[in-house]
Amino acid sequence: MVDILFFVFAATAVGGALGVVLQKNPVSSLLFMVGTLASLAGLFVLMEAHFLAAIQVIVYAGAIMVLFLFVIMLLNLGHDYRDDLKTGLGMFTAFAAAGALAGVLVSQLRGVEETPLAQHFPGPDALDQLLAEQGIIGAIAHPLFTDYVVAFELVGILLLVALVGAIVIAKRRV
Amino acid sequence: MLAEALVLSAILFVIGTTGVLIRRNAIIMFLCVELQLNAVNLSFVALSQYIGIEGQVFVFFIMTVAAAEAAVGLAIIISIFRHYETVNVDNFNLLKW
Amino acid sequence: MGLLTTGLVAQDAGGGFDPLLPGLIVLLPFLGFVANGILALVAGTRGAARVRAGNEASETADNTKRTLTQTLPTWIGPGVMLAAFILTLLNFVGLLGVELTEPVIRSYWTWMATGTLTVEAALQLDQLSLIMMMVVTGVGFLIHVFSVGYMKEDPGYARYFAYLNLFVFFMLTLVMGANFPMMFVGWEGVGLCSYLLIGFWFQDREKADAGKKAFIVNRIGDFGLLMAMFMLFALFGTLDYVAIFEAAPEVMAYGGFAATAIALFLLLGAIGKSAQVPLYVWLPDAMAGPTPVSALIHAATMVTAGVYLVARASVLFALAPVGAAAVATVGAVTALFAATIALQQYDIKKVLAYSTVSQLGFMFMAVGVGAYAAGVFHLMTHAFFKALLFLGAGAVIHSMHHALHATHKDWDAQDMRNMGGLRRFMPVTWITMWAATLAIAGVWPFAGFFSKDEIIWFVGTSAPASALYVVLWAMAIATALLTAFYMTRLMVMTFHGSNRTGEGERGHLHEAPLSMTVPLGILAVLSVVGGWVNVPGSIRESIFGGFGLLPMSDWLDRWMEPVTASAQAIRLEQMGAYASTAPVGGGHVVWGAIATGLALAVVLVGARLVASREIRPATESEAPATGIRGLLYNKWYVDEFYDRFIVKPVVGLSRFCWRWIDQVLIDGTVNAVGTVSRGLGWFGSLFQTGQINTYAFIVTLGALALLGVLIF
Repeated sequence: MVDILFFVFAATAVGGALGVVLQKNPVSSLLFMVGTLASLAGLFVLMEAHFLAAIQVIVYAGAIMVLFLFVIMLLNLGHDYRDDLKTGLGMFTAFAAAGALAGVLVSQLRGVEETPLAQHFPGPDALDQLLAEQGIIGAIAHPLFTDYVVAFELVGILLLVALVGAIVIAKRRV
Repeated sequence: MLAEALVLSAILFVIGTTGVLIRRNAIIMFLCVELQLNAVNLSFVALSQYIGIEGQVFVFFIMTVAAAEAAVGLAIIISIFRHYETVNVDNFNLLKW
Repeated sequence: MGLLTTGLVAQDAGGGFDPLLPGLIVLLPFLGFVANGILALVAGTRGAARVRAGNEASETADNTKRTLTQTLPTWIGPGVMLAAFILTLLNFVGLLGVELTEPVIRSYWTWMATGTLTVEAALQLDQLSLIMMMVVTGVGFLIHVFSVGYMKEDPGYARYFAYLNLFVFFMLTLVMGANFPMMFVGWEGVGLCSYLLIGFWFQDREKADAGKKAFIVNRIGDFGLLMAMFMLFALFGTLDYVAIFEAAPEVMAYGGFAATAIALFLLLGAIGKSAQVPLYVWLPDAMAGPTPVSALIHAATMVTAGVYLVARASVLFALAPVGAAAVATVGAVTALFAATIALQQYDIKKVLAYSTVSQLGFMFMAVGVGAYAAGVFHLMTHAFFKALLFLGAGAVIHSMHHALHATHKDWDAQDMRNMGGLRRFMPVTWITMWAATLAIAGVWPFAGFFSKDEIIWFVGTSAPASALYVVLWAMAIATALLTAFYMTRLMVMTFHGSNRTGEGERGHLHEAPLSMTVPLGILAVLSVVGGWVNVPGSIRESIFGGFGLLPMSDWLDRWMEPVTASAQAIRLEQMGAYASTAPVGGGHVVWGAIATGLALAVVLVGARLVASREIRPATESEAPATGIRGLLYNKWYVDEFYDRFIVKPVVGLSRFCWRWIDQVLIDGTVNAVGTVSRGLGWFGSLFQTGQINTYAFIVTLGALALLGVLIF
């Protein structure tokens, strides 16, 4: 069941991604992206990352994508844009480079479970136990507020800075 | 399932990369970068299932950074659009002196 | 003397001789240079301001109102020279009657200490350097006084005295230095001052070029001197005179390669500085400088540095018979060669310049055959009578210049064809110059008779050693006769016959002021009695010595003995004693009689010959272009020869180096590097499109490459 769901989500994620890349209409691209993000959220659930799946839907698919859409609407770009996709040599070289990258990555990652390093992984059972003890929120919150508390605070400041920066950059010159 | 998830992550990443390379619309390029980020997130989550909960903590941070990045990046695009009246990156060559 | 020095200088063992403030003798001219130099800078700034203001002050306007920059050098310049001369005189008197066999050395500080070479800033006082110091400061002082009159209307008055004082400073360093590097400092310094003073009127391109020529030709000689110094250091490990000359007979084999090479290199240095064949060409051109400069630098002192060098390094030359013979040969060839050119020159200073070259050749002959005392003796008497001749010529030029200037006639003030009959206008100059002429001609009892004929005598008595000396002897006699002739020609053309200056100008001809005639008088007296300090006994007892009544002695010979003793010992040991009679027989007296008789005859016959010929002013006569006279008038075309075979090829080579090696090869390489860099930059800039896609593509390729490195 899990495997079937995995491949279903994987197929929709890849299809969405291709839609993002190949759709000439920005709004279509964006909607495909929402689909991809939702599929990824489903995959997160399958991998016992329920909290992240929720965040993914709420923050990514909800907030960030709406922000993108908002900008597209603001700039009045919601129509087909013929020159958007490169053609000819640009397209060819891009696909060649991407294909090479894909080949290298896939060939290396396919057999990752057989590598010596993978033999030392604790495995899914350890995570299952942790989740059984603390629940997903507790399991994430514990390291977040102990070991990574400094990074957590810094990220807060980063968000504040980004907020101020975005306003300063985007506002009209007076 | 680890290998399959990582391969999926790689495929998504490469698709995102292709998008960055072949698109001219700055917003869509930016969207493709988000796609790359999500591909990486996927591999983090997949690995966290086998190695430990820290992978998910990392994804949490990445999402935060992505949000900040999206805010600033879109602000920059708006700013550029105000100047050039376009988001076609072929028209932006300020990186060349 | 002891009374004078007590408390002034630390006592030390010097064989009873106690030098009095030798450092101050050197320092005084330097202080004069500093003071005059500051005044010259002030005067130069003011003059420039005046020129900018637009009212270029004329010479006459300056006369009415004399500023401090014109009055102060008058006292500072000759003043420091007088003080230096008095100090030298005190030292000289102190050394008289003292048996000093080792030089007294005063070391002031260590100049340089590098590795095994240690050079002290040390001064050396012995008989040779004291004689030279006497000449430099004594004649120098007289010429400074003369310059006051000669140069006082020149705008560069203070600068002139600054250079002159600096010259004396370096000349004293040259003759007083206790090691080769010290001497070299003086050697180069006098060369520098010579350059500055030849080109004193540097606005005139020709004069500036003459200065450059002197400087460049001297570099050839300096190369020889430097090479000799390097070889000496390699052999002896020191450059101190005393140490080298003491060790030389043990270290170097008699007539060996090292000794010969060093002697020949030293000779090259001496040739350059003393204007001998083939490097004499700069001296006639050096006459572009003010005439007192010609008297001081290019007659009395600097050009004798080569003679001083050979006399100082007498031990080295005694050890190298080939070197010594080369010295004598160079001297004889130069003497005869220059004398022939002097026969056909019309410029009064050019005649004197070639005469100087010729007389320097005599000195070289003397030191070449081992007659060091005779060489130095002739150096001294020559300083007297040649300085006198130059100063007299200066007085004549001064007067001529005034006369021509008063009527704005553009004739050459130095051309003897424009003169004639000047004795009526300038009697003092006339008489004193005749004294010098008779002295240089070698007529008894003038100084030249004793010094020049002693040299001829010594060359003649060297004949048993080699047939070469017979030839040299014949050349010396021929030169002596030519000397008598061209000097008589100069005197007759300048002072006798009818005046050719012109009706209007004649009234402006005048005798020189007192500041110029007094030095002339003093030098005239010295030109007469200066030769009496070195007269062999047999002459003294003969009619030439007034049968012992005249105050003559062979003092100089004995005086120089300690300096040249070791060299003479080597010569005596290796060559044996020479005959005491001249090659054709006869003793001192017979030869003296023949010499003075011949000289007198040439003077008298020459006077008649020149007077009988009609001479017209330079503008109306044309230069002899053909035959032997044309050859002599054009100075054997040596300058043209050098120009054709040395200057032009060097210029051509330089042009080649410039056009091809520098511009094409070196500049080309540099430019090619630049072009390649530009090309690479252009190629690199192709990747810098400013397009984000391109950068992303390259980042992707980079990631691929990194992955490739990590995986494979």
